[in-house]
Amino acid sequence: MTKRNITVGVTGLNNIDSPGPGIPVIRGLKESKHFNCRIIGLSYDAMEPGIYMHEVVDKTYQIPLPSAGQQSLLTRLEYIHQQEKLDVIIPNFDAELYNFIKLQDTLKSMGISTFLPTLEQFEERHKSALPAFGEKYGIKVPKSRMINSMAEIHSLAYEFGYPLVVKGKFYDASVAYSPDQAMAYFNKISGKWGLPIIIQQYTPGTEVNLTGLGDGKGKLTGAVPMRKTYITDKGKAWAGVTLEDRELMKIAEKMVAGNKWRGGFELEMIRTDRNEYYLIEINPRFPAWVHLATGSGQNHPEALVRMALGEDINPYKRYEVGKMFVRYSWDQIVDLKEFENISTFGEL
Amino acid sequence: MNLLKNLALSDTGFVFNPATGDSFSVNPIGLDILKLLKNGKSENEIRKSLLDAYQTDKETVEKDLYDFFKMLEQLKLTEQ
Repeated sequence: MTKRNITVGVTGLNNIDSPGPGIPVIRGLKESKHFNCRIIGLSYDAMEPGIYMHEVVDKTYQIPLPSAGQQSLLTRLEYIHQQEKLDVIIPNFDAELYNFIKLQDTLKSMGISTFLPTLEQFEERHKSALPAFGEKYGIKVPKSRMINSMAEIHSLAYEFGYPLVVKGKFYDASVAYSPDQAMAYFNKISGKWGLPIIIQQYTPGTEVNLTGLGDGKGKLTGAVPMRKTYITDKGKAWAGVTLEDRELMKIAEKMVAGNKWRGGFELEMIRTDRNEYYLIEINPRFPAWVHLATGSGQNHPEALVRMALGEDINPYKRYEVGKMFVRYSWDQIVDLKEFENISTFGEL
Repeated sequence: MNLLKNLALSDTGFVFNPATGDSFSVNPIGLDILKLLKNGKSENEIRKSLLDAYQTDKETVEKDLYDFFKMLEQLKLTEQ
């Protein structure tokens, strides 16, 4: 098969202890049977390790933080597009998705394809809206409430009981076993990610996750369930194994059939001892462990790019159960000149 | 007692439950028992097989098999 040459812009190059999905997405693209991908890294911080990983990232450009707004992002992407002729962009951060979703038509008119959820899909799966989401699509969700002040913790604790889960609006979650802990986590998480904070009823069980890809028409193009087998102190998977979990697959199929999800996503679920499944979070993009899907036979990043470029593709039917991933850390030696270039000129 | 249908047994004694991702290691006797269970043998047939294969007595087999079966149940490696 002749591979097509394409250029793909990818964010999420922060391959750190709480990694972004950029590098795993790129690894899937580099293993593509359909494309020769030139990878353009889009970074926010000069310390994102992916910037210096020249074997997987061909060139990197800094882009403005999401808080700078859509126009600022568009101006920068116009410049990058002039230099690189981007075919596709894959954004990999929750916090940047709003801007990319808003800009997707403009980007399309420039010749840059994306494959993103609609704004409605993106908004309705927010942590704060999860109970309504669960009700709408028939998926069990632990009780949760959005709060803006610490004083509200007490009444919710009375209703939910301890332990309870304190969550940030975008990232971070901690289990609090006492009022003191709940207040400390409220301060810590709101200090980092802002308000509101979500207080969620604690659901005992095993966390199981699924990385999936919806075609935007109600079909699940691919899905692979996984259980974390080693978790860092930040609660991130350092190792995991693919599972045979038909019930979780059914939940993913049901969600995608119901909301016609477009793009990558991750379901974070708790499976209780009674084999009940509770949805604790939906991430609106691929997870950082998405390379496990590629490694077990479903190259979701490649499939996303093919759909972004307008191809109709057959959904994946199989994956290898019992495939593991184990992360590692690696000290890259970086010339100061490289750091200087990305810091000063915003390009490397 | 029925083992989980999809439980993966390796000849090395490595056992993998694909539904939970849990893995275990068993010794050669444990592996023999799991293989017999997987082949649908009854508890009586397994007792007899162990007595034939190993130099041991009925009481020891009875006690050890009881412990092993309880452990399989606790680890949720069996189904009704």
